[in-house]
Amino acid sequence: MKFLYLAYIATWTIHSLYILYLTSRYKRLREERKELEKE
Amino acid sequence: MKRSFTFFALLTLGLLCYALYQGMVVAPTEATMGDVQRIFYYHLPHAWVAFLLFFTNFLASIWYLVRRTQQSDALALASAEVGVVFCTVVLVTGPLWARPVWGIWWTWDARLTSTLVLWLIYVSYLVLRRFATGAQTQVLAAALAIFGFVDVPIVYLSIRYFRTQHPQPVIAGGEGSGLDPRMWTAVLWNLAGFLSFALLLIWQRYRLALAENAVEEAHANRALGPEAEMPAKPDSRGFAPEYGSAPKMGNKPR
Repeated sequence: MKFLYLAYIATWTIHSLYILYLTSRYKRLREERKELEKE
Repeated sequence: MKRSFTFFALLTLGLLCYALYQGMVVAPTEATMGDVQRIFYYHLPHAWVAFLLFFTNFLASIWYLVRRTQQSDALALASAEVGVVFCTVVLVTGPLWARPVWGIWWTWDARLTSTLVLWLIYVSYLVLRRFATGAQTQVLAAALAIFGFVDVPIVYLSIRYFRTQHPQPVIAGGEGSGLDPRMWTAVLWNLAGFLSFALLLIWQRYRLALAENAVEEAHANRALGPEAEMPAKPDSRGFAPEYGSAPKMGNKPR
């Protein structure tokens, strides 16, 4: 059972890290847009 | 747009929860391997979805080379990136299944090695896109993607043409292959859940790529000055000014 849980946890950790990466890119993009609008 | 995204996200969440229930509770315990076989319900759908995403990347790259549209380039990038994420899951869950069943984490057989090569090809594609500069980067990346896709059928066929440590195919694998119907149900629910999840990720990554392109263009136009943002208009003599400068002697009217 240990390996089964490890595999499921690893899967969702990888997906969560990718979602975090996408979120940070969206955040950076929003900031850049705001700066462009200011200029 | 936001409402349809929320609806799709909730649908995906529901599918994934039900798929987890199918894989952990409804599907029977495999006779020889025991509960560790249930890793299969995550491992196999991730592999199939990764293949599908790399195929999407292949088609989008061809489309880009023919039409040179931003949409095709954004789709190619999104599908490759999400494909690498899914392929990473395949490469992580495989050894976690292999260790208790084979007694080893990894072996250099045809299926495992060709899958690792596939992952490396698409990681190099993403590295090229991230760090290369110049006008030809997208064209080079599209060419790499088209040649890189050749490895997908090699991965798929590797367990049919080579003697491997990896288990034989469960679909069209000849006599003695196949699954218990309840196991099939769990595989299909997980496939539906992860396919839906992959579509959700691609949708977001595609929109992000297009928005980033638009911001980059806006930055470039800002840097070139107000003339660059204006469309070139011919002057009274019919000469089109290049970036706002006066026409050079000998230029022909365009």
